[in-house]
Amino acid sequence: MNETRYLPRTALGLLIEAIQDGGYRVIGPRPEIGQGGLAFREISGVEDLPQGVVDHQSPGRYRLEGSGSARNFSWANTASAIKPYVFAPREKLWRVVRKEGRLSFESMQHELQKTAILGVRACDLAALAIQDAHFLEATYRDPYYKARREKLLLVAVNCSHAAATCFCASTGDGPEVVSGFDILLDELDEGFLLRTGTTRGAVIVADLPCEPASSEQIRQAWDQLQHCREQQRALPPASELAGFADKLDDPRWAEIAERCLACGNCTAVCPTCFCHREFDSPALDGVSTERWRDADSCFNADHSYIAGQIVHPGTRERYRQWMTHKLLSWTEQYGRTGCTGCGRCITWCPAGIDFAEEANIILAKKGAAT
Amino acid sequence: MDVRPRVAIHKFASCSGCQLAFVNMGTDLIELSRLVEIVHMAEVGHIASDEEEVDIAFIEGSITTPHDVDRLKRIRAHSSYLITMGACATSGGIQALRNHADSAEWMRSIYAKPEYIHSLSTSAAIANHVKVDFELWGCPVSVRQMLGAVRSFLFGVAPQVLGEKVCQECKRRGNNCILVTQGQACMGPVTRTGCGALCPSFGAPCYTCYGPAESTNASSFGQCLMGLGLDSDQVARKFASINNAAPAFSEATQMFSGKTWMEE
Repeated sequence: MNETRYLPRTALGLLIEAIQDGGYRVIGPRPEIGQGGLAFREISGVEDLPQGVVDHQSPGRYRLEGSGSARNFSWANTASAIKPYVFAPREKLWRVVRKEGRLSFESMQHELQKTAILGVRACDLAALAIQDAHFLEATYRDPYYKARREKLLLVAVNCSHAAATCFCASTGDGPEVVSGFDILLDELDEGFLLRTGTTRGAVIVADLPCEPASSEQIRQAWDQLQHCREQQRALPPASELAGFADKLDDPRWAEIAERCLACGNCTAVCPTCFCHREFDSPALDGVSTERWRDADSCFNADHSYIAGQIVHPGTRERYRQWMTHKLLSWTEQYGRTGCTGCGRCITWCPAGIDFAEEANIILAKKGAAT
Repeated sequence: MDVRPRVAIHKFASCSGCQLAFVNMGTDLIELSRLVEIVHMAEVGHIASDEEEVDIAFIEGSITTPHDVDRLKRIRAHSSYLITMGACATSGGIQALRNHADSAEWMRSIYAKPEYIHSLSTSAAIANHVKVDFELWGCPVSVRQMLGAVRSFLFGVAPQVLGEKVCQECKRRGNNCILVTQGQACMGPVTRTGCGALCPSFGAPCYTCYGPAESTNASSFGQCLMGLGLDSDQVARKFASINNAAPAFSEATQMFSGKTWMEE
């Protein structure tokens, strides 16, 4: 399965068709006309993919620019990763009806369509593994997540350039995809290197007009990845992150809170954040109610509301909770940090707070970030 | 004997748009009329005295005249619960912009005989005059919000009111952030959720309909807007909108413009 083959660019449409023939709806990167940027949306064919589009990311800023190239994947990442396709940001969990003095519960789970996501990055796959650990491998197993996860086919594409906000090399989660994929592509100017990671991936690509990859093509793909490893940002080494335990009273937290809007954009775009809240939506007649679940944020006051008090009353405490959970206590829970270096929390922060730089400053490693 | 809770819906200085959240309920309005007795709602023709005893008085609009003050106090005295609905009743509304102007001068410049006009110099939130039991933000409030609130009151519990920012609902809807991708001066990061992120979902920037969110950092956000190219006066005007008299926005307006912001 690990044999590397070459798929000409003209055959990318055939790959999408082969996936669709396998019964999957295909989700891929699409330029957002009204709102700008890229987002993972359903695509009907290769014509829906961005072409010759490069992203420029910096704290609080994301812009696309035409490069004139034929490439479809010459951007670093999209706004939301693949999280919404497994952990729905809003969903109806169940419904209950009062009938003849009894409560009748109804499941709201229904048969889901098989879903393929094309253009998944190494940081996205690493984040998915972290979400799996939370939703599928912990004591409580989430049936809603599980149902979607089991229907997922993952077509990863190795990065060909890193955004200025990327720091996956420092977390060890990228830029090279090494596991968790069904099909893996490297995009070159004329076409793609193609590998498969699972039998179902191999079945889908079996009839594609692939050729053996040349050593020159393999070298080009390797050079691209090497180029991606030269990133502008880096987190401190994992071995030093335990130092946060001694930094809970650091004055930097208050300085961050002066800039932080407590808007929760960072947690919403973070591919590993899993916090959620549940609420009831009763019908006006009071006879039935629906139970819903929303993605929640540790930047909300009610997120830490326990027994009549808010544990994290101010933005200082909330930002500290977000960063120290990601980089410190996450490791106790899941055996690794909750950060895969995608840099979304930096790009999509309206105030442009630089998570990687702040981590370095707090751990007194100022030289490591720019 | 009719045991339905008695409800009155009163209007002060407002556009009547919040009351429409009742009128626009569709078939739920029929259910609502089974569950409660609507004693007063001038917009649909139910008229009762201000001294009619009611269980819940919903108040739309802000207080702008001496007569308003008297009427509001009578309503309060005869209502078990008093709930504000919408920006005008909850923060003073867009018309609170007059609080920073010389209203006597305006009166003289518009009316031939200003002595016939009995108006206060300010537009104030209901809570500035009487005790308010619950506040519903929005310009206007939505049908969904009112249905949820009425159902909660009927159950005898406080409605769930979220203080989070519009951004979170925007992200749940899968939108890309127009502030980040286009540099649009979207007020989502300081504005309370409740609208369903309506404007940014259509590529238009949020303009603070639901008032300040919990933990609003107006100072930092104003700096962000200046980073997008707005000058300080433009930033002040962003905050001086529908909920300009809400303390967090009023302070922000002062911060970015100084006290003379309404003078030309």
